[in-house]
Amino acid sequence: MSSIPGAAAGAARQRLGKTSAAASFALIGVALAAVIGTFAYVGGWFTPNALTPARITDGFEHVDGVHPGFRRNHAKGVGVSGFFESNGNGVRLSKAVVFRPGRVPVIGRFSLGGGRPYVADTPDAVRGLGLQFSLPDGELWRTAMINLPVFPVRTPEAFYQLLIASKPDPSTSKPDPATMKAFLARHPETVKALTVIKGQPVSSGFGNSTFHGLNAFRFSSPAGDSIPVRWLVTPMQPFEAASAGSAPRAKNSLFDALIAAIHRQPLQWRLVVIIGQPGDPTNDASIGWPAERQQVDVGTLTLDRVESDETSAAADINFDPLVLPAGITPSDDPLPSARSAVYSQSFTRRAGETKQPSAITPADVRRGG
Amino acid sequence: MSTQRRQFTAFSRLLHWTMAAMVLTMLCIGVAMVVSLDRYHVLVSIHRPLGIAILILVVVRFVNRLLNPPPPFPGTMPGAERLAATASEFAMYGLMFVLPLVGWGMLSAARYPIVLFGSVHLPFILPQDARLYSVLRMAHTLLAYVFFLTFIAHFAAILFHTLIVRDGMLKRMVPWNIRPE
Repeated sequence: MSSIPGAAAGAARQRLGKTSAAASFALIGVALAAVIGTFAYVGGWFTPNALTPARITDGFEHVDGVHPGFRRNHAKGVGVSGFFESNGNGVRLSKAVVFRPGRVPVIGRFSLGGGRPYVADTPDAVRGLGLQFSLPDGELWRTAMINLPVFPVRTPEAFYQLLIASKPDPSTSKPDPATMKAFLARHPETVKALTVIKGQPVSSGFGNSTFHGLNAFRFSSPAGDSIPVRWLVTPMQPFEAASAGSAPRAKNSLFDALIAAIHRQPLQWRLVVIIGQPGDPTNDASIGWPAERQQVDVGTLTLDRVESDETSAAADINFDPLVLPAGITPSDDPLPSARSAVYSQSFTRRAGETKQPSAITPADVRRGG
Repeated sequence: MSTQRRQFTAFSRLLHWTMAAMVLTMLCIGVAMVVSLDRYHVLVSIHRPLGIAILILVVVRFVNRLLNPPPPFPGTMPGAERLAATASEFAMYGLMFVLPLVGWGMLSAARYPIVLFGSVHLPFILPQDARLYSVLRMAHTLLAYVFFLTFIAHFAAILFHTLIVRDGMLKRMVPWNIRPE
């Protein structure tokens, strides 16, 4: 074979060129894979079993079914409106405009816990009150409270497990005792919380229920302090215990009574802020703070109008507990962020669906319960 | 003939790299926050003001683009590729403008406050409407994925020119000044 040096060098150069081009293409591939991989990683593609807002929302649908157009939790409810009259006692605690003396409009919603929009009212069902305060500077404050003194769990993961464990067995229509027992064995904090919850007498209706914010937040004071707080609203309507026994009740007995009461006269609650002390846990909604903690009455909530979800402005409000005005900030409690995420997921799902009529119709409200 | 610029102006390059960082951060926060529980609130609190910052900067950038046209493409680029490059450039300007606007609009339709910092928040730009929110929410996600794919194409093209064609295209946009020819 004749060998021509120039041609050989050319071929070598070409081979080198080919190798170098291949290396360059490989480099491009690696660079693109790194960018796409990072994007996929932060988007959770590599952790398909991680707990996400969508999975928790799926959990509600798994337990209570899919009811298009309804909230995935606290599905059954009525809208209310009125105002909050601040007495100025909160001004030294927080810079939030809502605490300056004066009146701000409020939209709210009373509800029952769970995702079943037509569930029959029972005294031991969890009662919810969502509130939106519209501040004069255009800021909004939303809080979603329930009538339990403490929350049964501390973390979103435990919440999800408890949710799944509480799915009623179709044959007994009660949660599977073995599953629940296994959950409680793993979560002593829930056992303690349930003891506290069961120790609190249940009131006869929405109007004389105390509603607890449960999660800890922080107030930024005008003096520059960051104060750990919790809040609750205590009824000015006198306490009356829920009647015991299994006397047959109307399907909407709690809501009927609420509507009738508001038609008679406005219902009122005091907004009470509990001031935490150093050392009080702010990351654990399953335990209350010591009873001797200072409680400051910062004003009165008056609810003088009730409406069906069909007509109420509250129906389209997501009572996201992290819609906060300047002067109120989240604490290290892991639940509010998770609630915010899951409420958003639930809101997005129902916003795109066509809703069936609510259990409490505009006619029910007109009739006065 | 005056010596033609080989690079984008320093201000154009500053805008490009600043916004590149902002947009990539934004896309990552976007996909991360929708699967987050504990970090959801922190991520959302960054996502909203950062989106508005991008909306403001893209207007500045678009005006700057009209005032300071880019340096010529390298001779290695055929006409069709030049057209594709310019089209993707304007597609990205469009997305940087439309994505924050759709975000602002969807939050308005759902009446989520758009807090920038402290008590400073934006007004609602659409009436409260859950259906409208739902449509805009889907559009927001879809457009974000389109943006990510457009970015990948842009990134792949510049890598190809830099490592395979070796026509020095990247020099047009490097943050430092290069010597004139």
